[in-house]
Amino acid sequence: MPSRIEHGKSVWGPGFWAPFSACGVILVLAVPILNLWVPQSSAAALPDYLVPLLGKYLCYALLALSLDLIWGYAGILSLGHGAFFALGGYCMGMYLMRQIGTRGVYGNPLLPDFMVFLNWRELPWFWWGFDHFAWAAAMIALVPGLLALVFGWLAFRSRVTGVYLSIITQAMTYALMLAYFRNDMGFGGNNGMTDYKDILGWDVHESSTRLGLYVASVVALGLGYLMCRYITNSKLGRLLLALRDAESRVRFLGYSVTNTKLFVFTVSAVLAGIAGALYVPQVGIINPSEFSPANSIEIAIWVSIGGRGTLIGPIVGAILVNLGKTWLTGAAPETWLFVLGALFVLSTLAFPKGIIGSIRQIRWVRSRPSVALSAREQA
Amino acid sequence: MGLRKLHFAQIHGLSGDAVTDPNLRTESTLSRIAGECADPGSRSWGRRVRVYLVRSMLIALVTWATVATARADEFSTLVNALGSGSFADKEQAIVALGKLGDPRAISVLTALRDGHLEKAPDGQIINAEGAKSINAITGTEISKAAEPGQRIRVNNRLRGLIDGALGALTLFSPDPAARLAAAQDALRYPSADQAALLERALALEQDPGIRAAMEQSLVAARLVSGSKEERLAAARALGATTDPQVKSLLDQVRAAPDVDPDVRRAADAALTSIGNRLWLVGLAANLFQGISLGSILLLAAIGLAITFGVMGVINMAHGEMIMLGAYTAFVCQQFFRAFLPPGWIDLYLVLAVPVAFLCTGLVGVALERSVIRFLYGRPLETLLATWGVSLILQQAVRSIFGSPNKEVSNPSWMTGGFDPIGGFTITWNRLVIIFFCFVVLGGLALILNRTSFGLHMRAVTQNRAMAAAMAIRTARVDALTFGLGSGIAGMAGVALSQIGNVSPNLGTVYIVDSFLVVVFGGVGNLMGTLVGALSLGIVNKFLEPVAGAILGKIVVLVAIILFIQRRPRGLFALKGRTVEAGA
Repeated sequence: MPSRIEHGKSVWGPGFWAPFSACGVILVLAVPILNLWVPQSSAAALPDYLVPLLGKYLCYALLALSLDLIWGYAGILSLGHGAFFALGGYCMGMYLMRQIGTRGVYGNPLLPDFMVFLNWRELPWFWWGFDHFAWAAAMIALVPGLLALVFGWLAFRSRVTGVYLSIITQAMTYALMLAYFRNDMGFGGNNGMTDYKDILGWDVHESSTRLGLYVASVVALGLGYLMCRYITNSKLGRLLLALRDAESRVRFLGYSVTNTKLFVFTVSAVLAGIAGALYVPQVGIINPSEFSPANSIEIAIWVSIGGRGTLIGPIVGAILVNLGKTWLTGAAPETWLFVLGALFVLSTLAFPKGIIGSIRQIRWVRSRPSVALSAREQA
Repeated sequence: MGLRKLHFAQIHGLSGDAVTDPNLRTESTLSRIAGECADPGSRSWGRRVRVYLVRSMLIALVTWATVATARADEFSTLVNALGSGSFADKEQAIVALGKLGDPRAISVLTALRDGHLEKAPDGQIINAEGAKSINAITGTEISKAAEPGQRIRVNNRLRGLIDGALGALTLFSPDPAARLAAAQDALRYPSADQAALLERALALEQDPGIRAAMEQSLVAARLVSGSKEERLAAARALGATTDPQVKSLLDQVRAAPDVDPDVRRAADAALTSIGNRLWLVGLAANLFQGISLGSILLLAAIGLAITFGVMGVINMAHGEMIMLGAYTAFVCQQFFRAFLPPGWIDLYLVLAVPVAFLCTGLVGVALERSVIRFLYGRPLETLLATWGVSLILQQAVRSIFGSPNKEVSNPSWMTGGFDPIGGFTITWNRLVIIFFCFVVLGGLALILNRTSFGLHMRAVTQNRAMAAAMAIRTARVDALTFGLGSGIAGMAGVALSQIGNVSPNLGTVYIVDSFLVVVFGGVGNLMGTLVGALSLGIVNKFLEPVAGAILGKIVVLVAIILFIQRRPRGLFALKGRTVEAGA
């Protein structure tokens, strides 16, 4: 297929790699330099507290990216993506809890503090192995991935689409939230897990560790972006676009819609889980409110603001919206929900293509595959 | 009387009719002592006789009180005995007053305990508890004597006895609630004494409810302390109750090591019967609570059945419409409190329902005209935009009314409840809501099927282009339909304000549930919504005792998710080309 090769050239050519590497280098270098080598008194200096905040935005960006992969390209609007994010976060939180060792309030060598508090005698089986980072890292990918695989298989096999899928994904995260709020689940109940000490032997409160986590977030986001770009520009990506716009026709052409959707849904869930795992050590807590349906639906607005089906848009959207949230909830807390609500309404009514989508439309870059929303796109 | 008899015994040295006389012990002892002391060789004969005489007179004074209980003027004698100088006498009098069962004794004993009972110089007992002094026996007011009365002293032991006596006396209290509480309380410590007291109280009691409680406690007391026949009869009678206390009592009886095998068999039979009955009561209670929960879900979901089910609009602000309705009820209540006579406050709900319908209906029409009409055919965008609207509405209400819960009180005709079969209470507010919910559902069905507006609505839903060609103003029908759905959500809010907190977050609690009800029951189908809501409510309530409230809810959620896998588009599935057109 000559056309595909042509697209491949333009997609992975120097026109992509130059700005991509530039962005990466700036993100990786600028923050440590501004934080460590610029004197604290200087106006350009980056205070310590901002480093984890920036890292948090990058985790949100990765989460938004994962949602764009399924919503922008496959038309699956998951309103439960926060659940995968939180599950990844809980896996990381469990590892971090095990690293506390005897330094907890009760100093129990076997059990985390909240289990001692609940008079538990021994570690539940699902906590086994979380002493080791390798196990935790595997779980960070496996737990959200498996949930997505099972849930997606059930849903896509029975052709649950559109709004119905959104509602059941919302019900899923709601059910998980209720479950994690229970103390006897063994995940810290409504207090969640906090008071971390070490990650991989480094103190989580050290600024160097925080810089390390920040850089890890940049790298994860970069790799995630590359992977999504690879997927969406492959033949599979074409298939995704096709089934987004006309699912029945794709099925009639002999493709397995279920497997295609399932693959991309699972990949997206794993990405969200990794984002959650990087998020937890930087904010220092994970609790069940991360599962709340409102959080998940907020992810959709980041994607929508940035421009869905653009990959770069959700990253921009997540960072911009959260910058605005940080600033507004500090400056005028009661206005934030008004602004967020207005963003939801305006971005759907007046601005359906989002920031990046609109820019691309104006520039009318013909060399890129037309991933922007087609007129026929409805779900 | 007793004194005279004792004196007689002293003189004659014999016991007479002592077998039935409470003074039996005293008299026989005395005669024995008298015999001993008759030894002429003893030097202190005269002194010892004197000592025994004094002591026996004291004892006689005490026992006198006991003997007197059968007399008509026993109350006054006992109260007078309270004024005695000896604590032992007072003790006897207090116990006797407790057993006497005269309601007048309550105030006297309370006054005694609190140190307000006085003995006037002329010997009468005065209750100085209130502002005025009254004669403790006759209850008549008396002028303050020139010489103040002497306070009758009590010690801790007496206070304990007074409390015990008061506990028994509550059975005769003039306050029906206190009598009922005492009758139920008696069930906990059944004894022969209790049985006697209860028999006396039953003879005086008029109220059928209290009589029933007293009879039950009496039967329980007989079960513990009666003869074999009484115990058998009591066990049979107790088999017809559902009280868990009776159950534990029967358990005790059958577990006792020395129990008669017949009684044990009767207790076993009674326990089985109670178990069956409790199971039935539990079933009925779960069923009622399930229907109640179902009616709440149904109310929350009916509006959505219109906006989502009929129009296909995913209105995430639906929960906020419910919330607005609840706040309308709050505002109506405040209006009634501030501007109308206090007697009218019970009517505020009657006003709140139509006002809430209009207010939220208008908000709905405005929402449809300004946002939703641009998004028809794009359900996911509608979802996001209406979610934004819901955030704005929540924050607006929070800015106006503040974050804390608002207090919306039940009108008096919705408070309280009744107990139909014993064991669980049907509260009026829940019952009214169930009724209201069916009225709303019926009204809506009438509008949809019997009015021209309903006809237009169905026409637009089924074939918009053809309806427009028939000169139906589809845009107007859209707006009104959305307004109707929102208005019903507002009425649901008024109902929900009667059983839960009114806060800006009220709607978020119901939004996931209402969507699940609509999807589960079948989109665009009122009957499906009804069946869906009721079955979800009942299943939820039956799961709760087994799995716990939260786990039960999770199980239901998972079950619905699985159900949607089976019927991807709910029970009511569009077929053929309309699937593609609608998606």
